Amino acid sequence: MSSRLFFFIPLVLFGVLVIYFAVGLTKDPSKLDTKVLLNQPMGEFKLIPVKGRTEGLTSEDVKGEVSLVNFFGSWCVACLQEHPFFMKLAEKNVIPLYGVDWDEKNPNDVVRWLARHGDPYTKIGVDVTGETIIDWGITGAPETFVVDKEGLIRYKHLGPITQRSWNETLWPLIQELRKQ
Amino acid sequence: MKKFMIVLAALVALSAPALAVEPDEVLDDPILEQRAREVSKDLRCVVCQNQSIDDSDSGIAKKMRVLVRDRISQGDSNQEVKDYLVSRYGDFVLLKPPVKAKTLILWFGPAVMVVIGLIGIIFYYRRRAKEKPENAGAKPLSPQEKARLEALLKEEGNQS
Repeated sequence: MSSRLFFFIPLVLFGVLVIYFAVGLTKDPSKLDTKVLLNQPMGEFKLIPVKGRTEGLTSEDVKGEVSLVNFFGSWCVACLQEHPFFMKLAEKNVIPLYGVDWDEKNPNDVVRWLARHGDPYTKIGVDVTGETIIDWGITGAPETFVVDKEGLIRYKHLGPITQRSWNETLWPLIQELRKQ
Repeated sequence: MKKFMIVLAALVALSAPALAVEPDEVLDDPILEQRAREVSKDLRCVVCQNQSIDDSDSGIAKKMRVLVRDRISQGDSNQEVKDYLVSRYGDFVLLKPPVKAKTLILWFGPAVMVVIGLIGIIFYYRRRAKEKPENAGAKPLSPQEKARLEALLKEEGNQS
């Protein structure tokens, strides 16, 4: 009897493989891991200002208060989706919102973009070389980070922020971090 | 004819495989450039996913290629450059998944399966070789059994 059971081992292993693949295939490979930099200090950076302005953005600016760091570009369609929401945040002065503008073909593009759609950012820095976006593990735009008072990265949001993701995740986390 | 040969030679020389690496990115030191190419081939372009940054034309891939070259020029080893990018993007940025506890099944699963299969085959044939041919171990029929068998056969014959 036991030798008969032995012949079922391949079948059992096959079943295990099937389950393994079935689970694996439901995962979306384009969905990226947002936890790589979690609870790690953000890297140092010093970014130049938007053309025509005098103030850029440095990592020192971001520290001291719970804040949002948003990676955007005038070329980024999805950034426009969250833009009205950011305008509302800025109007109500809810939280410092720092912008990192990157991958602009022409430095004037972002100037025009901000003039046209409004500027919700507390400060904006332009990453020309891509050094800073790689240091933050950026793969696209928009991507938004919640940074705590000490400058630790506490959350990474891929894609546009919606009222719903704000209510459910970001705002509760921000309030939690403010208490610390 | 000579002119034709020159043009032909020029065309052959110019038709080297198209590369994503742009001339302004290339390092002056050919040894460092070679290392940068090697590192770049192992790094995934994070927006195109199945291309290395050495192959990709995307903006981020270009930025990464430049960063790889900057770091190599500043004295980083190939491994240090990769480690830095893994610390920013996770193992995902490596085209070849690293061997660690989480990926053991991925790396060694197929080999283990083959070994299990081979062991199964060996056991199967060994046992078959040990087993004697059919009827070899069976006792000859006793006189009573013989008589009964004949009776049964006869009965069957009568019926048809």
